[in-house]
Amino acid sequence: MIQNPWSLVLVGVMAVLTFLLGYVGSRRANTTPDFLVARRAVPATRNAAAISGEYLSAASFLGVAGLVLKDGIDALWYPIGFTAGYLAMMLFVAAPLRRSGAYTLPDFAEARLGSSNLRKFCTFFVICIGVLYLVPQLQSAGLTLNTITGLPVWLGGAVVTVIVVVNVLGGGMRAITLVQAFQYWGKLFAIAAPTFVLFTIFLAGPGNGAQPVDSAGVLRFPEDVEVMTVDPVRVRVDVAMELSASGQIDGSRVNGAVYWTPRLYEVGAETKLWFKAGSPVPVVEGSPTSNHDWLRPQTEGLSGLFETYSLIFATFLGTMGLPHVLVRFYTNPDGRAARRTALHVLYLLGLFYLFPTVLGVISRQYLPQLLATGKTDAAVLLLPSTMQPNLLGQVLGAIVAAGAFAAFLSTSSGLVVSVAGVVSTDILPGKVRDFRWATVLTGAGAIGLALVLPTSDASLTVAMSFALAASTFCPLLLLGIWWRGLTWVGAMAGLVVGGGLVIGAQVVMVVSSYTGRWAPSVFSQPALVTVPVAFLTMVMISRLTARRKPDDVNQILLRFHAPDPLGFMRDRDVQRFGTAEEKARLEDGKYRDGTPPSPPAS
Amino acid sequence: MTKHSGPPGQPDQPQPAERDAWPSTPVRKNRRRRVVLADPRGRGRVLRTIIELEEQTSVGEKLIRDLIRTQLRTGMALGGGTLLFLALLPVTFYLLPSLSEVQLVGVRLPWLLLGLLPAPLCYAVGYTYRRLAERHEQDFVNSVDR
Repeated sequence: MIQNPWSLVLVGVMAVLTFLLGYVGSRRANTTPDFLVARRAVPATRNAAAISGEYLSAASFLGVAGLVLKDGIDALWYPIGFTAGYLAMMLFVAAPLRRSGAYTLPDFAEARLGSSNLRKFCTFFVICIGVLYLVPQLQSAGLTLNTITGLPVWLGGAVVTVIVVVNVLGGGMRAITLVQAFQYWGKLFAIAAPTFVLFTIFLAGPGNGAQPVDSAGVLRFPEDVEVMTVDPVRVRVDVAMELSASGQIDGSRVNGAVYWTPRLYEVGAETKLWFKAGSPVPVVEGSPTSNHDWLRPQTEGLSGLFETYSLIFATFLGTMGLPHVLVRFYTNPDGRAARRTALHVLYLLGLFYLFPTVLGVISRQYLPQLLATGKTDAAVLLLPSTMQPNLLGQVLGAIVAAGAFAAFLSTSSGLVVSVAGVVSTDILPGKVRDFRWATVLTGAGAIGLALVLPTSDASLTVAMSFALAASTFCPLLLLGIWWRGLTWVGAMAGLVVGGGLVIGAQVVMVVSSYTGRWAPSVFSQPALVTVPVAFLTMVMISRLTARRKPDDVNQILLRFHAPDPLGFMRDRDVQRFGTAEEKARLEDGKYRDGTPPSPPAS
Repeated sequence: MTKHSGPPGQPDQPQPAERDAWPSTPVRKNRRRRVVLADPRGRGRVLRTIIELEEQTSVGEKLIRDLIRTQLRTGMALGGGTLLFLALLPVTFYLLPSLSEVQLVGVRLPWLLLGLLPAPLCYAVGYTYRRLAERHEQDFVNSVDR
């Protein structure tokens, strides 16, 4: 691949800047609220940048362009869903959740439903979703560093883990907020600058965007290309073609010229393929092979329609259940600020997602060889040097690489902070020292898993954690905030059924991928089924166990929804961890006219 | 809202609409509270309403139920409308494939609809919600704080 010295320099600069900002942010961080919620004094605009910086993971920075290159217009539902998920969160969750005063998702569950069993259960799911999201981040960090510099794959993940853990150890949420806000703008620049340059070249370029396509709409290689697969891959051939190969094809060793007739071929790992200019491009299984289908929406019939709707469901409702997204909202001073932050995030996300889409479309013309290996996530990294094999291309490629590295760093930081916060307060006693231990444990566990587990498609795992969040925490939050009838038994049943169905579907997918891929699309995108089932379970079981409703449900809902100036909000972390002085201030300051907070009616 | 300050025990200046919102508060209890607090700024009423909210008297509970219902209705209308609009797109493309042939400024219509439209739409809906939700909250504070 590319051996680009500029990339290594800029990635190093990004790492050093992250360290420095983390150091600046952590100088005065020493209390538990500093570590857990950055003292709840983050301004709305900076918090919004930090949320966006954390949310735009590798799946967004590299994955969206890759999916557009591979699947065409139907892949646009990913950025739409990632943005609209924030809208749903702002409409139904942001302000009441902040006013609940809880500092983690399990804490919210306990505050609302008063059950410590439920709290432990939520802890389990938070750790599940967090790790499910963290492992692919570390794995793709390794692959990216390997792609741009040729360093060994394990090193990238290890470097990211060390930087993140050291920063979080130093200042927890307080340090991370500044770092992530900076990384949003870094990422935006890193994807916008190359897009402007490359798009201009694309428009002014020879042929003005006309692709080497024949009358039947078959995509063809513009020049002689050598391709090497990383993992075993199944490719579909539509037009008979000649090529040379060296490695495994359909289970037998091949070395020399091959003739492919139109059917499905299985190419082994580390197989080299040589294509002649003008020969048609074989495309990985499951993606449109001709530009005709690539350009048009919904060409896969009813199962494609089902997958699209399931994806819409998972991303719209899953965003509000992601623990690392939620924990950031607790850093706002009050509910109104939380709502304003969410609105600002909508604008920042909408701005960002324009650029990967454009890059994905351009790379369809310049990087068809990625369609043959299926490693389309590399499109953004490879595009600059492919279009401009000179200094400009190298510098742009280096900027993109630094942006991708920022994406790994910021998302991993957010995940480590949220998982460590939950581990330290729910499993350990919850002081600063425990938070530090939890951080080290989380980091070590994640990098261990990332090295042991096989590398799967990053976007698949991320989509899976969205489905899991949508089927577990989304119903808990929505019903908990807006419906008085929820009981802890109902909530627990909903979590078990929703989470169990998604995990079961994933197991079926893994089994089916080893035994001939027989599973229908309902298993790969289960949200359209599992989310309504989880909601129904919660409502039905809560109805059946109505006498377990918490006695103080009216007070709790009052606290969630009463406007901030009335001062009903009480921060649970101060109650639990705060000093005597802070507790006194909370009781004095937030209650107007010196009203003492009345104890919950029993 | 005017913050009325009158001597304890005196009735408020006539503000009919607001007085009607509080028809059935127990009068004796009110008087006792005023004397005890003797607040020169006349904020006893605010305090009383806040206590009413905390203690979930029938009035307090009705107030907060109404607020929750209004906020939920606003969220449902805006969020549901957006979801409905976006969710209609795939089925429209599926049923009317000829839509993909329409071109606007050299780009096919579905690419414009999916690539450019949703983000500004979400922001506009979010902005509207922020305005409405904050107005509802202000109305609520005003109805309490008079």
